[in-house]
Amino acid sequence: MITFIPRDKVSKNWTIIGPILSIFLTIFFGLLIFTFLGYNPLETLYQIFLSPFSRIDRISDILVKACPLIIVGIGLMLCFRANVWNIGAEGQFIMGTLLAGSFALLFPSVETKFFIFIMIVIGFIGGALWAFIPAILKTKLNVNEILVSLMLVYVAMLFIDFIVRGPLRDPMSFGFPLSKPYPEGAIINKIPFPAIGYLGQLHYGILFIILLIPISWLFVNKTLSGFKINVLGAAPKAAKFAGFKQNTITITVLLISGGLAGVAGVIEVSANIGQLQPEVSFGYGFTAIIVAFLGRLNPIGILFAGIIIATVKLGADNAQMSMGIPKVVTGLFEGILLFFLLTGETLQKYKIKWSKVT
Amino acid sequence: MAIKKEPEILLKASKINKSFGNFIANKDIDISIAKGEIHALLGENGAGKSTLVKIFYGVLKPDTGTIEINNSEVSISSPNSARKNGVGMVFQHFSLFPALTVAENILIALDKKIKFKDLILEISKLSKEWELFVDPLKRVSELSVGEQQRVEIIRCLMQNPKLLIMDEPTSVLTPQEISNLFKILKRLASSGCSILYISHKLEEIIELADQVTILKSGESIATINAKKTNTKFLAETMVGKEITDLKKTNSMNVTKDIALELKDLNKAKETDFGISLKNINLKVNYGEILGVAGIAGNGQVELMEILSGETQCEKENHILLETRPIGFKNIAERRLLGIETIPEERTLHATVPNFTIAENTFLTYFFKYPKANNIISNLLNNPQNSKIESENIIKDNDVRCPEANPLANQLSGGNLQKFILGRSLANDPKVAIFSQPTWGVDIGAATSIRQKLLNLSNSGKAVILISQDLEEIFELSDKICVINDGALSKILPVAQITAEDVGLLMGGKLETSNEMEST
Repeated sequence: MITFIPRDKVSKNWTIIGPILSIFLTIFFGLLIFTFLGYNPLETLYQIFLSPFSRIDRISDILVKACPLIIVGIGLMLCFRANVWNIGAEGQFIMGTLLAGSFALLFPSVETKFFIFIMIVIGFIGGALWAFIPAILKTKLNVNEILVSLMLVYVAMLFIDFIVRGPLRDPMSFGFPLSKPYPEGAIINKIPFPAIGYLGQLHYGILFIILLIPISWLFVNKTLSGFKINVLGAAPKAAKFAGFKQNTITITVLLISGGLAGVAGVIEVSANIGQLQPEVSFGYGFTAIIVAFLGRLNPIGILFAGIIIATVKLGADNAQMSMGIPKVVTGLFEGILLFFLLTGETLQKYKIKWSKVT
Repeated sequence: MAIKKEPEILLKASKINKSFGNFIANKDIDISIAKGEIHALLGENGAGKSTLVKIFYGVLKPDTGTIEINNSEVSISSPNSARKNGVGMVFQHFSLFPALTVAENILIALDKKIKFKDLILEISKLSKEWELFVDPLKRVSELSVGEQQRVEIIRCLMQNPKLLIMDEPTSVLTPQEISNLFKILKRLASSGCSILYISHKLEEIIELADQVTILKSGESIATINAKKTNTKFLAETMVGKEITDLKKTNSMNVTKDIALELKDLNKAKETDFGISLKNINLKVNYGEILGVAGIAGNGQVELMEILSGETQCEKENHILLETRPIGFKNIAERRLLGIETIPEERTLHATVPNFTIAENTFLTYFFKYPKANNIISNLLNNPQNSKIESENIIKDNDVRCPEANPLANQLSGGNLQKFILGRSLANDPKVAIFSQPTWGVDIGAATSIRQKLLNLSNSGKAVILISQDLEEIFELSDKICVINDGALSKILPVAQITAEDVGLLMGGKLETSNEMEST
């Protein structure tokens, strides 16, 4: 039988060995799998891990891909710290995008870039409203937020599908389920660099992350509200003893995380798509759950976790394009990577003891 | 010189070692138990008593060491093999299914096959023979705690044990039930069954045991004849230092000014497992300690929550601070008004275990900061602000810390409780309400905590002490009442009530309710 014994203190050795061993084992098993499937293992590893860094525009694409993951991940961090299990960020992402996008389409000729700030606020409201449903059901009727938030993802998916096929379909779209293009004021531009021009798809939305990470770090570590969230997650009875209102905290974290998911959607679509379509998210809301945990529910950790996950995702795209490796295989590899990363982290906190079954 | 016959040894354990990670629970423990002997195992919490008996009962396996029963070495790999070797055990927390009858509960634990009818006959026979008085067809949920314990004893007796292990059996019993239990145990011993009795209550051991082995920090430091010792010696050996007596100066400053009053307070239970509070009337004056005795699970938790403000009253004037109704005030507002509460659970309720001491101070101090009218410092109100207060609490209350600003779970139970108490007292409360303040803390810390309660009342504050420890209640209180099934007995001065009365009230046998007083 295997038993996990908590360590008194996080092991310093394992803090160093753990991640190295995780990467080593991931590479080892990756090589094994790719070899068995008949792909050149070294070439595949190169594509997944290193090709995203091979050109400067590719590096900027990592940031673009990581942007929504990090924004959603920061919101989820607040929920998970408070032991509130919002699994429905994907739905909140969609509803925020849809509300802000519909609003933008009401003003087809708006040009001022200030409009984007209004869209971000509306996107926040859209996502927060969608998260308000599980929040109110949990606090008033004690309904499990995991089920409600998850189910609402599918409602949101079908709803945006209906909207872009029906009321908001562009008559000029030749039958494609697409809305009219956003007005100029609703588009987030790419960042021009002097002498170089554009770096891949790198856009001004990145600035939001640069603001969000320090603010969220201050919020969770240096404010009373952040403290309340941490206490509720660590010991709900202690939160009650301190006089913190559990329901208020639960509703707040759900609204903020839903709102941030909505903002992530607005930035993603305004920067990269420019119109509403049935699929706006590509699973960012779900992947961000992994990002939040991989980043240990810490804003700086989430920044790096977002970059790691985005790298592997882009690398998987590259492997598919240049070597024809199907997504399922690279998906398997991502699974191995996560498995070993989390195992390594567990070994920092726990000792393993093997004993015979009696 | 006449050679005295050596008593026959039933169980002999040599060099038992057991560690959990870096923590050494048992170190080179030798113990031998004679046939028909009541052998007490004494030690503070965490001294390794429970680990040792769990090894004897096969729940844990020793790292090294041997166990001999009747002079032949045995390997006790599971409770099943323990029972085959004649070892039975009654746990501190009973392992009975409340929805099943007594007989059904005994049947599931039984290794041998037996017809249900025969089983009932056998239970009745045993029950009569040992004066255990248990109805085999009654549901366990209908039984009192004492009766449930007797079911556990019968369950062991069914196996004809040679050694019966009892883990802190009296912690949930009334004095009457305790003296009944002792009669049974003495009869069992005189019939040849050895008893290994675990306790940290000294009087009990002197009264009951033949031999007593004292454990300290996992080591066996002495085995002495219990008939030839006294409580003071036992206590000092157990703690390893001299114990200072309490400076009892009770009733010096008892005033006639009512500090806190509960008036006809009713509160329906919130879950199926809760207790409804029934028509509770309670008054505590400045300068006095009111002790609330009672067996666990009779509404202490609910009473505590309603006093602290963690749950709200149904009517504002159910609770009065002096003359001011405060029934709708929450716990933080009551703290501001000068009411401090210390809940029974030290970790996860009074403190967050993996937070630092400064953060745990901030937990109940957050509303004090910032004093400056500064937007930034208002926005950034965080545990850093409590740094100085937390250091003062640690210094003033002799809280021993392994490092500066440690995590709460790095402190021992006694030191953590000293911190919690200090944190409350530093707020200079008018009314202080404590639940089980010395539960599970070592004697040294317990004495210092009790002294603090006495000092508090002497300085004119009102104190409510909710405790299951009758000794503590009688030692500290000026007035005593008993909570039973959510109802409070009449409040009597300590001089007008005996331990026996309190025992009867705890068991719900004596009818002196509030209502009689008010009519």
